Amino acid sequence: MIAVLRAELRKLRRPTLFLPTLLAASGLTALTTALLYLLIDSPDGNGREGMKVTAERLSAPDGLVFGFQSAATLLGVIALCVFAAQTAQEYTYGTLRNILVRQPSRMKVLGGKYLAMSLFAVLIVAVSAAVSFALAFGLAGGAKVSTVLWTSADGRQATLNALVNVTVATIGFGTFGMILGLLLRSPISSIAIGVIWILIVENLLTAVVNGIDKYLPGQLLTSVSTGGSISFDGTQVMSYKYGLAGSALYVLGGAILVSILFKRRDVAN
Amino acid sequence: MTSAVSVQDLTKSYGNQVAVSHATFAVPHGSVCGFVGPNGSGKTTTIRMLLGLISPTGGTGTVLGSSISEPENYLPRVGALIEGPAFYPALSGRENLNVLATLGKFPKDRVDQLLETVGLADRANSKFKTYSLGMKQRLGIAAALLPDPQLLILDEPTNGLDPSGIHEVRTLLGDLAQSGTTVFVSSHLLSEIEMICDSLVMLREGRVIFSGATHELLAAQQPLIIARPENARDLEALGQVVESLQKSFKVVDGALEIMAPTQWAASLNRAAFESGITLAELQTQLPTLEETFFDMTEGAS
Repeated sequence: MIAVLRAELRKLRRPTLFLPTLLAASGLTALTTALLYLLIDSPDGNGREGMKVTAERLSAPDGLVFGFQSAATLLGVIALCVFAAQTAQEYTYGTLRNILVRQPSRMKVLGGKYLAMSLFAVLIVAVSAAVSFALAFGLAGGAKVSTVLWTSADGRQATLNALVNVTVATIGFGTFGMILGLLLRSPISSIAIGVIWILIVENLLTAVVNGIDKYLPGQLLTSVSTGGSISFDGTQVMSYKYGLAGSALYVLGGAILVSILFKRRDVAN
Repeated sequence: MTSAVSVQDLTKSYGNQVAVSHATFAVPHGSVCGFVGPNGSGKTTTIRMLLGLISPTGGTGTVLGSSISEPENYLPRVGALIEGPAFYPALSGRENLNVLATLGKFPKDRVDQLLETVGLADRANSKFKTYSLGMKQRLGIAAALLPDPQLLILDEPTNGLDPSGIHEVRTLLGDLAQSGTTVFVSSHLLSEIEMICDSLVMLREGRVIFSGATHELLAAQQPLIIARPENARDLEALGQVVESLQKSFKVVDGALEIMAPTQWAASLNRAAFESGITLAELQTQLPTLEETFFDMTEGAS
């Protein structure tokens, strides 16, 4: 499995994927963070879906991670695209047959690929976090946000929690992408269906059917990334533990299904 | 001689569609064995079953002494190029080989050595997507050679190569066979197969119609006797002589072509002489593999 992991890392670090992906992820996180501080006095709000995040709220111990966590779903979508493309391209390029001739154990191939892409997801999260945190510190003064509590023990704990939660959610989104890639065996189809589902279908369903977000994989993962979902009025919509358990069910169920498929399916292309 | 590949009743069907039906053949160790058949005859499916990519629906087989149900036991000693070269377009030729070398835990210097062997050293750092078809094919052959294989399975290795490339591949396969590597090669270039293969497996509609030494197959075919009279006006009379000897003939370029055993040429020569016809040319030709192939697979492709 280590050999597959190392081989996959070679593919992931290709210039056409590595830098653009990191730039896209850190750019989106930077944009979300910057808007949070630059629009702090805007009557239209400065957070997700027009939410108003005050200077007082941002001065709390977990204020540092607010911008970073707001971009978590976008980081997840990026991970979904990378995992889906890296998996499905083996079918479209026909390279899966080369891989399986060199490593006939299909579970090792799957495990090695997953580990490598998860490491890449960790890197995406780490770089995005670094950019977001640097921007938050840089813009806090201008937005009259105090950074004193950010570096307190509570602040450090909140930052660590956010890093872990966003990483777990990002890998979860990526796993969703990998499942689609293995099912559909086409990068374009798996990315299109994954992105449309997460960004459009789930949001439409959530807006139309009350309480359905508790059963949607994207909403569950988003709630993991933010440590639980909070509504506009501040009440908790979905607990962190519920989000984690629901996400785990989806991810594990899907992973088991595609593992069986991948192990048994003929490689005929 | 033991077999590098041996299959018995190997079968693959997709619902009612039978891709390979009860294939039984053996590839002798150290031989260069050709694998021929019309498109859709089941060659690639058979190769994929040998490589563990497709599960057979019936039959058994061994590759390098291990059952085909346990490909992990023999694949580290097998090199393969299946249905054309497949690589990552955005990676260079070298990087593509490095990915496979990392997967198979092969030494890195093997990559450079093989790039040199297949004549790609100068373009090793160019992206795969910029390669010509011939260069892609060379890279595929290099990838197949990565494990320094005991068995090399090549599916159409000369596809897209120019005549000098084909000649290089032929030489390479010959050298590999000399060093003890077994080569199992499928190709539509039957003249090439005839030149390099000492044994042959022929498929038609998923069934093996011949498996054995190439020379045995060709020797079993009826030779062609070409008889050309010295005087063109005697052609019709010569045809009557042939018919009197109970043989049919075709007229091609002022000569008669007759399918008959080699010894029969003497009878024809004698009968023509007795009829006052002098023959300017009398020769026997064994059919080529291509002619034999068309005879045996007639109506299938």
